[in-house]
Amino acid sequence: MVEVHLWSGLRSLTGGQQVVEVEAKTTGELLRELVRAHPQLQGPIDAGVSIAIDGRVIASGLTETIPEGSEVYLMQRLRGG
Amino acid sequence: MALDDRKSEFTFVGTRPDRPDGLDKVTGRAKFGADMSAPGMLHGAILRSPHAHARIVKIDTSKAEAHKDVKAVVTRADFADVPFKPGLEGEFWNVLENVMAGEKALYDGHAVAAVAASSALAARDALKLIEVEYEVLPHVTDVDKAMAPDAPVIREGAADYSVPEGMHPNVVRYHESGHGDVEAGFAEADLIIEDSFVTEATHQGYIEPHACLGMLGNDGKGELWCTTQGHWIAQKTCAALLGIETSQLRVTASEIGGGFGGKTTVFIEPVALALSRKANRPVKIVMTRSEVFRATGPTASASMDVKIGMKKDGTISAAQGVFRLQGGAFPGAPGDMTAMCAFAPYNLTNVKQIGYDVMSNRPKQAAYRAPGAPMGAFAVESVIDELCKKLGLDPVDVRLKNAAHEGTKASYGPRYERIGLVETLEAAKAHPHYTAPLKPGQGRGISCGFWFNHGGETSVSLALSEDGSAQLMVGTPDIGGSRASMALMAAEVLGIPYENIRVTIADTATLGYNDVSHGSRVTYASGLATIKAAKHAVEKLCERAAAKWDIPVEAVKWENGCAVPSGPNAGDFDPMPLADITADMGRTGGPISGHFEATPEGAGVSFGTHIVDAEVDPETGKTSITRYTVIQDAGKAIHPTYVEGQFQGGAAQGIGWALNEEYIYGEDGRLQNSIFLDYRIPVASDLPMIDTVIVEVPNPGHPFGVRGVGETGIVPPLAAIANAVSNAAGVRMKQLPMSPPRILAALKDNNG
Repeated sequence: MVEVHLWSGLRSLTGGQQVVEVEAKTTGELLRELVRAHPQLQGPIDAGVSIAIDGRVIASGLTETIPEGSEVYLMQRLRGG
Repeated sequence: MALDDRKSEFTFVGTRPDRPDGLDKVTGRAKFGADMSAPGMLHGAILRSPHAHARIVKIDTSKAEAHKDVKAVVTRADFADVPFKPGLEGEFWNVLENVMAGEKALYDGHAVAAVAASSALAARDALKLIEVEYEVLPHVTDVDKAMAPDAPVIREGAADYSVPEGMHPNVVRYHESGHGDVEAGFAEADLIIEDSFVTEATHQGYIEPHACLGMLGNDGKGELWCTTQGHWIAQKTCAALLGIETSQLRVTASEIGGGFGGKTTVFIEPVALALSRKANRPVKIVMTRSEVFRATGPTASASMDVKIGMKKDGTISAAQGVFRLQGGAFPGAPGDMTAMCAFAPYNLTNVKQIGYDVMSNRPKQAAYRAPGAPMGAFAVESVIDELCKKLGLDPVDVRLKNAAHEGTKASYGPRYERIGLVETLEAAKAHPHYTAPLKPGQGRGISCGFWFNHGGETSVSLALSEDGSAQLMVGTPDIGGSRASMALMAAEVLGIPYENIRVTIADTATLGYNDVSHGSRVTYASGLATIKAAKHAVEKLCERAAAKWDIPVEAVKWENGCAVPSGPNAGDFDPMPLADITADMGRTGGPISGHFEATPEGAGVSFGTHIVDAEVDPETGKTSITRYTVIQDAGKAIHPTYVEGQFQGGAAQGIGWALNEEYIYGEDGRLQNSIFLDYRIPVASDLPMIDTVIVEVPNPGHPFGVRGVGETGIVPPLAAIANAVSNAAGVRMKQLPMSPPRILAALKDNNG
């Protein structure tokens, strides 16, 4: 299981939980499973999210491996100038 | 991406060769957006709304169409029917609505119709023949007023999932994040300061106005030449807005006269293509400066509340901020980025940040170097400076005490990998500037700044020539010297001189998709792809050498531009230079090229620390920046002169933003200063020599350790200058720009 830390603005979409657990080996699986467990997360995920794995920010990739026991954060998709 | 090929000793990287585009630019040979022409070309012009908010009741184009010089007129009906979606999900709709108004004109300068005529003058004259009937609506241009209950609603249904119930419909996105318990943290503080800050919208101020030449036939095939930071996003967006297939539109990026984030989207390009499709002729559009100011993206303006608690020893016990940003009449103001970046330099136990994206009747904001971050830094670093002053603490020591480092839980969530903030602060403390004496009337300010940086889709090809030279095709327009840095990185891998490599910005038909030159991503991502493409070519060179020597390819390695046996057992052969292999490559297996395509995900965040001295004239309120030092972590500086240029450019633009630049709206909602005479960007005489210190803490996500440097440099200046000016004037400046009238007013208030 992967513990996914959400930003606090998402708590209203997960019944108040800021950390949720899903079964996922890749970033793509993680997003899919997040929506399956918490359908209301579809909105933020469609709007664009990035995923930090042990501090490394995966801006958009769906194929990055999530190692066992790693610290995972969902973040708003980054935009640059 | 696994990086098993990191390098720390370099031959070419880190040197300062001449820029490859220098001769073209100093002789006027370089072709910018407005420099392209085509046989039979028409000139386009755009009619813009004189109202800040108005319903378009009727547009009558018949008189314009009847004019002998006019070959086409377009309105919104000539574009594709793009579906509306709330928030940023509907960005194609947002861009289309900005490119050509639909039911309403949403800001002063909003495009409502366009003509193509046989001359630029005829096109401009023909605009006067278009009759538009408006129903003027109430407008709002201020972020706080746009959130107030009685504010006019700009567009119902534009808010996305994130906005809490009960907020005004102009609030379209909401962000909240942080960790710990801020109330408990404030209870531990010896001193708490809470204050509010305001920044005005500023324009990126690129020298070159938007310009393009578009050709689109009724067969759906088109060509577009334009000044842009990203021709693939221009291709994708124009195709969506015109209802054609993406691959049928070939886009070529011109030489670019500055972008800074403002050329990451389209404005006139779909209009030129729509006019061309109707007229069946090529159409060129060149914006005037006034159009650039009125109708292209300035940065967001901001209103912010920051509260920070500090212990007597300088430890920050809690921090919270509310950041309200307006981004014009469309979703997209980076309130979320402001919130996420504001406290990012610090190792905080208790932190909470809230960001609002608010619509108002202004042009659609566009990115401007580290979009959102400079405003937040201004508010946060001003409060930290005030806390240091009241507690009698050294501002660098306090920042060092609280500085984020590897393993720190960032204010926006995850833990940092290896970062270089502490190194920039230590360099600031050791720099002679920090301890240099100040004259009466002068003040010193410092500030830290943070930006995320970005990777993005990247595709690069490298082809070797028979004479041993190389051509490198990248897809990221060169906005900061990337052709030089790409050539240096390729030279490093191939082992051939920098001068033997020609780098070209390839068009959309030549390479796979490339993300925009934004997010400080080019030296990182195109650089990584260049290194990998060059290595791919080296693999093939080694294969050819192995075949010539009749030994296994594993027994060949690449060293200083030559294939050599990998060890004593591989055989006794003289080194085989690259040019000896390419000389007959056509007959030994065919042309030798290298390619790489990926979306690298290891950009590595970046920090900087700035030191500024300012002198305030109490009689006129004029501020002079007397000394400026930029210290920033570049990971690894590929071409240090360009890195220093990025640092200095960030400081120069920051000086303008802090002291003079602002969008000024009248009561009627119209922009009052849409030319450079009235919108004051810094000129050479406003700037001191800007000293730079390049800190190099390698990014673990890049083979050579590169971190992007293009954006972080604009994050600290607003705060560092505000701190310097506040210290010089003896009064805390909470509103930007700190123009002479504002400084005089603050001095007057302070003196009672």
